[in-house]
Amino acid sequence: MSITPTIKVQSDDFDAGAELAALNAADGQTGAVASFIGLVRGDDGLAALTLEHYPGMTEKQLRAIADQAAARWPLSAITLIHRHGRLPVGAQIVFVATASAHRRAAFEACEFLMDWLKTRAPFWKQEQWADGSSRWVEAKSSDDDAADRWHIPADGGGNGRA
Amino acid sequence: MVQVLYFAWLKSRTGCAEEQVSPPASVHTVRDLACWLRDQSPGHADALADLAVIRAAVDQEHVSLDSPLGEAREVAFFPPVTGG
Repeated sequence: MSITPTIKVQSDDFDAGAELAALNAADGQTGAVASFIGLVRGDDGLAALTLEHYPGMTEKQLRAIADQAAARWPLSAITLIHRHGRLPVGAQIVFVATASAHRRAAFEACEFLMDWLKTRAPFWKQEQWADGSSRWVEAKSSDDDAADRWHIPADGGGNGRA
Repeated sequence: MVQVLYFAWLKSRTGCAEEQVSPPASVHTVRDLACWLRDQSPGHADALADLAVIRAAVDQEHVSLDSPLGEAREVAFFPPVTGG
């Protein structure tokens, strides 16, 4: 079955409840919906994150990641939303939801999408601190490891050591 | 002519988000292009000093630095991504 993933890259906030309701209503064959929301965590003195991205490539990469998930699990719907711009502590950053006939596919595909998005989607976080300083967040090797465990060969890309 | 884009701290250091360049024929790979770009300004030299911490995309696809440039229209240099 071929599905058309819903992909949104936006500065505006999103309504997770409305997005989930749209997935529930998808086709009458859906038995499970899994979702993930990433938030700006208020580490000591952090005021906000500013997310920069690569317009054009971001959408292309998110679509490729969603297509990988759709090829690997029997999904009836996928929604990926990623925000950019300045996001204060507590703000929603990313939303991933998957729908399937059964829970295992929905859970696994949701986790796969987040792991792959973190190493492939061209976003960069800059931390803004309460004292006015700012710092670019460094990539974590644990994120590469999380993506690697899905055993999809990297085509020289993402955060993999070039 | 190739459009070169910089993101995150590479953009701050080069002082530009994008620029059009005409590399010489001796530039064959993405790595060659990065090395050649170092001579554009002290900011470029600083941004592209350590290629081990830099990733690249050609025409919006992730590539290794040793990939050939080929007929690339757009090359981007950036640090490892940190979205999600």
